[in-house]
Amino acid sequence: MYIDNILFAIILVAGIGFFAKNVKKLKRNINLGHDVNRTDNPSARWKNMAMIALGQSKMVKRPIAGLLHIIVYAGFIIINIEVLEIIIDGLFGTHRVFSFLGGFYGFLIGSFEILAVLVLVAVIIFWIRRNIIRLKRFASSDLKGAPKRDADTILYFEMVLMSLFLVMNAFDLHFQDMNSGNIISRYLTPSPDTFSLEAVIIIERVAWWLHITGILVFLNYLYYSKHLHILLAFPNTYFADLNPKGQFDNLESVTKEVKLMMDPNADLFAAQPVDENAVPSKFGASDVQDLNWVQLLNAYTCTECGRCTSSCPANQTGKKLSPRKIMMDTRDRMEEVGRNIDANKGVFVPDNKSLLNDYITAEELWACTSCNACVEECPVNISPLSIIMDMRRYLVMEQSAAPQSLNAMMTNIENNGAPWQYNQQDRLNWKNE
Amino acid sequence: MSEVLNVPTMAEMMAQGKQPEVLFWVGCAGSFDDRAKKITKAFVRILNRANVEFAVLGTEESCTGDPAKRAGNEFLFQMQAMMNIEVLNAYEAKKIVTACPHCFNTLKNEYPELGGTYEVVHHTEFLKQLLDSGRLTIEGGQFKGKRITFHDPCYLGRANNVYEAPRDLIQKLDAELVEMKRSRANGLCCGAGGAQMFKEPETGNKDINVERTEDALETKPEIIAAGCPFCNTMMTDGVKAKEQEANVKVMDVAELIANAQDL
Repeated sequence: MYIDNILFAIILVAGIGFFAKNVKKLKRNINLGHDVNRTDNPSARWKNMAMIALGQSKMVKRPIAGLLHIIVYAGFIIINIEVLEIIIDGLFGTHRVFSFLGGFYGFLIGSFEILAVLVLVAVIIFWIRRNIIRLKRFASSDLKGAPKRDADTILYFEMVLMSLFLVMNAFDLHFQDMNSGNIISRYLTPSPDTFSLEAVIIIERVAWWLHITGILVFLNYLYYSKHLHILLAFPNTYFADLNPKGQFDNLESVTKEVKLMMDPNADLFAAQPVDENAVPSKFGASDVQDLNWVQLLNAYTCTECGRCTSSCPANQTGKKLSPRKIMMDTRDRMEEVGRNIDANKGVFVPDNKSLLNDYITAEELWACTSCNACVEECPVNISPLSIIMDMRRYLVMEQSAAPQSLNAMMTNIENNGAPWQYNQQDRLNWKNE
Repeated sequence: MSEVLNVPTMAEMMAQGKQPEVLFWVGCAGSFDDRAKKITKAFVRILNRANVEFAVLGTEESCTGDPAKRAGNEFLFQMQAMMNIEVLNAYEAKKIVTACPHCFNTLKNEYPELGGTYEVVHHTEFLKQLLDSGRLTIEGGQFKGKRITFHDPCYLGRANNVYEAPRDLIQKLDAELVEMKRSRANGLCCGAGGAQMFKEPETGNKDINVERTEDALETKPEIIAAGCPFCNTMMTDGVKAKEQEANVKVMDVAELIANAQDL
């Protein structure tokens, strides 16, 4: 029996260890972004996290998906209490170590079984929505290829894990003999006519092992998947912007320069103090390193549900912009930069690529109306808009690459204080017209 | 058209040693756009009727910088902001009202960090305050029983969570307020925000204002009420595109109230 326990310990340590290694990488990649302070007002932040991540308050805005999601979410969290028992059993060679709890144990496992069936049903409906009904937001071009496979893989994982849990219980004769908590599995339990005792024991063991290794594999799949949201939704809602949605940040580096320009006593030709280590500041963002860490956390948190894109006025009217794609592109580029760093002993070697152009085109960026529908819709408070705005800033301030008509508008503001060519001295003419 | 509107400027007020109750930030559209000027005047008539001591900056007002900021030109935005803040602070402005949600949002949310902190209200909120304090009474008049749908401006609604003030005012007109399938936080943009007003849309299969106008027309309204000069333009164009201009009017909430009082 010892071999079993040692093997189990090895699998457990390997599974958790490999995940921990990837979490480190995840943190490193998120920290490619520059700093932004999101620690103010902790009480509002905890409340957001409790309501939005834990309480799923924004999910239910779309009631069908919301309800199904809550079933899967609650099911997964609650059923995973069982994992604790599995780990103890696995490490110490016990069998159903918590069964001494008697009736309460039966109640727990019984609830898990019911939840497992509900999760299974919900996941099957999710699969149908994606693959048979083909809801628009799941069938759009953003998700072609790998993202589509990723979404389906997650659903298959969940189907298999739930089924294994039920099979494991059904073929556990000791558990069936207790006849407490086997609410569902009693109907799946094999009859002695069809299965020999050895076969039953083997099937139970196989299901048990597959179940726990499946959970560990799924845990490790997270890092490579959009499914990271099950963990990152929590920090993401905590660190989300608390300001009114219409408030865009004022670039500090610009404030300094504008103040200098407007100060009548400033000597513009005087040599500025030179900071040897200062990186010349770049206005706006052309690559992931120019974004802040919350924007990068947003990208890892996005589970590609597409509510943002389905509510985006530009996308609905056939423009190229898709807020979901903005988030997916940001993540893909961040991963690419991360791989570059890994391959080059911890240093990023320029690869002549950038988030702008190679992933996100100017056409997408200019289609945004900054209406905040995407931000409002996101069930975990991601802001695609903030990335769009930072990239527009780069286009305009670093590249002077605004559409011609916008340049004309800005020239008007500069010359006569209005976006149109009217004289500022005529501002009050309406009074007498 | 030589009606007498009482529109004092901050400079005139200062010369008299007076500080107005509220500064009316007219905005570029409200100052120059022919359609929006009517909204400005309607709002002023209400202010005059309610004996509100207000003042405008007049020729000292300049673009808040909103369209520049949304277009990505943070330099130009902050230049505009700091010039405006200098003027506003010199007049010791405390409370600002504006009929443009873009000016409203910028003044309210983006100026404080640059040194300009004021109490900023949208004109629908201000009218609601006048109503609640009994300084303004509203009767339905010509709008009694009319079907009116309200289009939420993004920069008033989602951006700043002001949803009720304009609706309360419309209901005071004894009008039948009908909601579009997408309203309040789910409201669809008219297509003008984020500096789109000043450029051609990217290639697509439809104009956003037409999509939004269809939402509005589904409610079979007699009037589409707006609270933003740019939404007003976009919805008016949308109604024209759907050839409904004979049946459906696009009006600002301030115009509804002014017209109801025969102002």
